[in-house]
Amino acid sequence: MYQFNYHRPATLDEAASLMAGADDGTYLSGGMTLIPTLKQRLAAPSDVIDLGGIGALSGITDNGNTISVGAMTRHAEVAASNAIPALAALAGQIGDAHVRNRGTIGGSIANSDPAADYPAAVVALDSTIHTTKRSIHGGEFFKGLFETALDEGEIITSVEFTKPTSAAYAKFPNPASRYAVVGVFVARCGDATCVGVTGAGPCAFRWSELEAELASGFSASAVPNAALDHSEFNADIHASAEFRGNLVRVMAERAIASLI
Amino acid sequence: MEISITVNGRSEALDVPDNALLADVLRERLGLTGTHVGCDTSQCGACVVHMDGAAVKSCTVLAGQANGAEVTTIEGIGNPDNLHPMQAAFRENHALQCGFCTPGMIMSAIDLVQKSDGLDEQGVRDGLEGNLCRCTGYHNIVKAVLAAQDDMKSA
Ligand SMILES: Cc1cc2nc3c(=O)[nH]c(=O)nc-3n(C[C@H](O)[C@H](O)[C@H](O)COP(=O)(O)OP(=O)(O)OC[C@H]3O[C@@H](n4cnc5c(N)ncnc54)[C@H](O)[C@@H]3O)c2cc1C
Ligand code: FES
Ligand code: FES
Repeated sequence: MYQFNYHRPATLDEAASLMAGADDGTYLSGGMTLIPTLKQRLAAPSDVIDLGGIGALSGITDNGNTISVGAMTRHAEVAASNAIPALAALAGQIGDAHVRNRGTIGGSIANSDPAADYPAAVVALDSTIHTTKRSIHGGEFFKGLFETALDEGEIITSVEFTKPTSAAYAKFPNPASRYAVVGVFVARCGDATCVGVTGAGPCAFRWSELEAELASGFSASAVPNAALDHSEFNADIHASAEFRGNLVRVMAERAIASLI
Repeated sequence: MEISITVNGRSEALDVPDNALLADVLRERLGLTGTHVGCDTSQCGACVVHMDGAAVKSCTVLAGQANGAEVTTIEGIGNPDNLHPMQAAFRENHALQCGFCTPGMIMSAIDLVQKSDGLDEQGVRDGLEGNLCRCTGYHNIVKAVLAAQDDMKSA
C-alpha cells in the first residue's frame, strides 16, 4: 500500500472540506472494496477520508411507504431488517459474514461494480439516492462499468426505497467470491412489474422487454417471449456473454416463480 | 497517527502509520500472533477478530477505523487450562490439522453461534463461507461448531 493521510471527520461538512483540500482524496466506508484496491496499488490517493465517524449516515428508517437506508449502513444490518424482505434477502447473500459486517450500501452503489448485488434492487425498486448535493433517481444513477452519476467529492447520504407490493431476488453466485455472475430483482408495484438485472452488463439495467410481457400476465412463462440482446454482455473466465444471457432468463424465472 | 484501542480488555495507545492495517498492529505492535494473515486479500478469514462485537477480517480494516474500538483476538477468549467451548470442541472433534485457519475459524464460529439460534449443518457451512481451510475438508470443523453450539447455549 502506498502512503496516504487518513482522516476520520465527524460531520459531512468536515468530510467535504477535507476532500476539497486534498490533492487526490477518496472516501472510505466499509473498505471492503477500497482497501484491497489500495493493497494492490491500483489506487494511490493522497488522502483517505473515512465516513465511518459520521453517525448520521448509519441506520434504517421506516417512513411508511418508503424506507431510508443510511449510506454507512452495513450489509448485515439490512440483512436483519424486515421492511422490504427481498432487500434483506439480497443483503444476506452478499459475500460472507465478515464482508457483510463491514461493507455498506453507499460504498457498494458508489462503486458500481458490474457484479454487485444492490444495484439490481436500486434499478428495480422505485428508489432515490440522496447525496450531499441532490437527489438522484435510482434509474439514473448507474452510468457504466464502475461509473455513476456522482460528481467529484459528492457523498451519498442515504438510499430511499419505495416498498413494493412484493419482490424477490434470484442470484447465481460465483462459487468463490459470491459476487453475482447474474442477479435478477423482480418487484411488483401494484399492477406494474419492474425487473432489475445485475452481473450481466457493464452496470445494472432494467429488462423492459420482460416488464412489458409481464404486464399481460405475471407468470414465468412470459420469460421465453421477452427479447434480450446478450451481444454486449460481460464475458470473462466465469461465464461467456451467451451463458450470462441464459442465466438472466433462468434467474428471472426463479424470481417470478417464487412470487406466485 | 495516534490511536487507542482496547484489545482483549486492555487499553492500548499506539502511534501507527496512517496506512497501517489492524492485522499488522495486532501482530507486530502487540505481539498477538495468533491472528494469522493467510491471503491478505479478504478471502481466507485466517485474520478474523471481533471488533465491537462483530467478526471482521482484520487484514481489511485500517488501524484508524479501529480507533476507539474493542477488539478481541484468539488470545482473548480462553487459555490452555480453560479453553473456550469452541476451542475445546475443535480439539475434541479433530477440527484442525496444520492449524493455520483455526484462529479465524474459531473467532468466526463464536460470532456465528452467538448471533444465531439453532444452527443446523447447512447454517454452519453458510456462516463459515468466508473462512477457508486447506487441510480438513471442513467436515470436522462443522461437527465441532455444532457441538460447541450446544455447550455455549447450555452454559
Ligand atoms: C470477499 C468479498 C466478497 C464480496 N462479495 C460481494 C457480493 O457477493 N456481492 C456484492 O455486491 N459485493 C460483494 N463484495 C463487495 C462488498 O459488498 C463491498 O462492501 C462493497 O462493494 C463496497 O462497500 P464498502 O462500504 O466496503 O465501500 P469502500 O470499499 O469503503 O468504498 C468503495 C468505493 O465507494 C466510494 N464510497 C464509499 N462510500 C461512499 C459514499 N457514501 N459516497 C460516495 N462514495 C462513497 C469510495 O470512495 C470507494 O471508491 C465483496 C467483497 C469482498 C472483499
Ligand atoms: S488474511 Fe485476511 S482474509 Fe485472508
Ligand atoms: S487446518 Fe490447515 S488450513 Fe485449516
